Amino acid sequence: MSLVSYEFLAFFAAAAILYYVVPKRVQWILLLAVSFLFYAAGGAVYLLYPMITAVSTWFLALRIGRADSAAQTYIQEQKPDKEQKKAYQARIKKHKKRLMTAGILLNFGILAVLKYTDFLLGNLNVLFHLEEGAIPQISWVLPLGISYYTFQTMGYLIDVFRGRCRPEKNLFRFMLFVTYFPQMVSGPISRFDQLKKELFEEHSFDGTQFTFGLWRILWGFFKKLVIADRIAPAVAMITAAPDVYDGIYVLVGMLGYTLQLYTDFSGCMDIVIGVSQCFGIRLPENFQRPFGAKNLSELWRRWHMTLTGWFREYIFFPVSTSRFCRTVSRFAGKLGLHKVTKKLPVYIANLIVWFVTGIWHGAAWGFILWGLANGIVMMVSQEFTELYRAFHRRFPKTDGSVYGALQKVRTGLLFSGLLMFQYYPFGTVFAMLGNLLARGRLSQLFDGRFAELGLAAADFIVIAIGLVLMLLIGVLQETGSVRQKLAARPLVVRFTAVFLLFVMVLVAGCYGHGYDASQFIYNQF
Amino acid sequence: MRWKKPVCVLLLAAVGVTVIAGLQRLLMPKYMGQVVEGNLTSEYYEETTPHDVVFLGNCEVYENISPIVLWREFGITSYIRGNAQQLIAQSYYILEDTLKYETPGVVVFNVSAMQQFDQNNESYNRMTLDGMRWSASKWNAIRATMMEDEHMMEYIFPILRFHSRFAELEADDLTYFMKSGKVAHNGYYLRADIRPAGDLPVERRRSDYSFDPRSWEYLERIRALCENNGIQLILMKAPSLYPAWYDQWEVQIEEYASEHNLQYINCLEAADEIGIDFSQDTYDGGLHMNVYGAEKLSRYLGPFLLGAGADDHRDDAELAAVWAEKGLFYDSMKAQQEEEFAQFGYLKQFTTEE
Repeated sequence: MSLVSYEFLAFFAAAAILYYVVPKRVQWILLLAVSFLFYAAGGAVYLLYPMITAVSTWFLALRIGRADSAAQTYIQEQKPDKEQKKAYQARIKKHKKRLMTAGILLNFGILAVLKYTDFLLGNLNVLFHLEEGAIPQISWVLPLGISYYTFQTMGYLIDVFRGRCRPEKNLFRFMLFVTYFPQMVSGPISRFDQLKKELFEEHSFDGTQFTFGLWRILWGFFKKLVIADRIAPAVAMITAAPDVYDGIYVLVGMLGYTLQLYTDFSGCMDIVIGVSQCFGIRLPENFQRPFGAKNLSELWRRWHMTLTGWFREYIFFPVSTSRFCRTVSRFAGKLGLHKVTKKLPVYIANLIVWFVTGIWHGAAWGFILWGLANGIVMMVSQEFTELYRAFHRRFPKTDGSVYGALQKVRTGLLFSGLLMFQYYPFGTVFAMLGNLLARGRLSQLFDGRFAELGLAAADFIVIAIGLVLMLLIGVLQETGSVRQKLAARPLVVRFTAVFLLFVMVLVAGCYGHGYDASQFIYNQF
Repeated sequence: MRWKKPVCVLLLAAVGVTVIAGLQRLLMPKYMGQVVEGNLTSEYYEETTPHDVVFLGNCEVYENISPIVLWREFGITSYIRGNAQQLIAQSYYILEDTLKYETPGVVVFNVSAMQQFDQNNESYNRMTLDGMRWSASKWNAIRATMMEDEHMMEYIFPILRFHSRFAELEADDLTYFMKSGKVAHNGYYLRADIRPAGDLPVERRRSDYSFDPRSWEYLERIRALCENNGIQLILMKAPSLYPAWYDQWEVQIEEYASEHNLQYINCLEAADEIGIDFSQDTYDGGLHMNVYGAEKLSRYLGPFLLGAGADDHRDDAELAAVWAEKGLFYDSMKAQQEEEFAQFGYLKQFTTEE
């Protein structure tokens, strides 16, 4: 069930009414039931996968929790000496680690098998110079949101292992954490200790919060249906035919895809967060005006924040402080590479994070290259930090707003350019960028190819209005919540603003007959 | 002033609903250009006098029969509740809908609709169903014939279906914003241009000539509905050369009519007797009659309808006045089309300029 379908709107409306009608203590049970229904709408059999993940993780986390309790009891009751205590704690830690490893292997194993088997088989075909399809593809059907709920659940298991959160004793409550319906499709990836209060506490109807939630949903619909889906066919045409669309069109395709990706994904997040707000549940934000970033690292701190946060927490920190990294670092020191000794663990962890980021986004070398390219650009940029500082000291005017704006443009272009690795082969990206620099002319926009993209004058007007509106909202967001600002205005102003947005979605949205059912790009991960 | 806020909210809500309703009307197609069929269903509700005969079916009724001739020559009051590719299930629910307003003595159902149960083009559904007044019959008609990618919501709120027309609005959308113009003559779509029947597509052999069981089910429902309301049901096959009407289908319909003691008139077989000249009486190469063919067919059908219970109402002054006005509209459109065809060799409204 797509989040931008009539079915979803009806489903959400029914769920919201029931949510505030049933006794508050059973609100979470209702959410669990509707989450199951939502998931089962795509095929009841696919409910099996999140159930395996939920039950196995719940059970293992409980066992880890019990091991911790047993250790505490032992220490309190037996009062062992220091050596005994240390040995016992080591044994318990080993036991807990085994439980956690089992959970991680099982659940990431399911994800890996379902998502990456065909990628592996395809590579084997190439590696052994076999005919195409000699090792046939399996083409598993991916359960909805598997990457999201697997990461979220594994984050919980690791947190329990680390003692950062207590294991949930109630299996059904834990199931709600795994399958909470607005969130499981595309995130945001939440932490159990943050989300449990939101999910399980009793919520009274709050008109302001409900209205804010609806406004957020409407804004998400606007981004998705009015902008993302309107430019999608043109972007698809450009990116599918780099031979036809060369020169300036490389830039048009690059920026178009970035805009589509952003409006599609952030629109989806607006709907998810808005729906949750209507239930009184606050979810973490996934975007924070990413194109206001002045460098790539900052952009990635503002883009898909819960995923990058997950990688930082559960991959970057453990890897960079791992025994392996320490050993490599020491080895580099012995070789006399003192300058990189401290940086090596960070570099290794960074490369691993960006490799995983790439492959998380898609089972293809293009995605892996895209991830690694991002990591490498940021590491190189890090190396030049001193140089940048010296530059700014030498030219103090570069701290001004004009240079800042240029930095934002440069960062946006860099991000867009790197995205090309996702959908073109490695060599083609450089060839196309070379073509853009060598042959790109603004006059090419008027050579007839632009008219063949299927966008009419009305489409351009709608896109232009959409972009201006997004820019305006972005600027207003810098000084606080736009919805709160709007709520402080007189009723007529509030009504006019929301009604105009509603009419834009209603009339200029790409939905219904004649349009492909709109699937969100990030649903496929 | 505690009342101020609720009143303000109500006022704003009213403004919102009015704007959306206006937008919906603006964005809905007006069907006043090349395609006028979208107005056929709704024009029925403007009728002020009852009808002895109601015709049901697809283009083979609304393009082939002239109610004006039936009135002028036999005094029969009739209405054609047909539309482009109107499915048999839609005909059933439209008959159900008709019975809410009147009970005709005779219903004539054109059996060519038996050959296709499922809709293959969404726009045909819209043209037939959008004009129906809301009732259980409309709801059921939509449910029974909606295509896989259609939604009930888009029938309830047509703006959800036609919103993308904002980029292609024409002068007609403003001209006919309040109300579409009248396009038909008691459901009859008049064409006075001539395109002789020529080579028709070769008949394709089929592995199975049985009608869809669901078509039979709805024919049975139409029959039962007529029987329960004391209406004489007549089955007919219009004299359209294409799509082909196979002998195997003919046999099945004849058997059904005989089994249920229904009158079945195959006008295709009787084309010579009717006097149809396929070089003069069709406007699209033999698929549909033009006004000359339709008038001939109507003259042929008149005696059957009188025999089935329709009355001659020409002595009724009130009806005569109403039909005289209809006749004027008919004559003026026919004359205007004849003149245009004589001058250009085509009708501007129905041809596309290169």
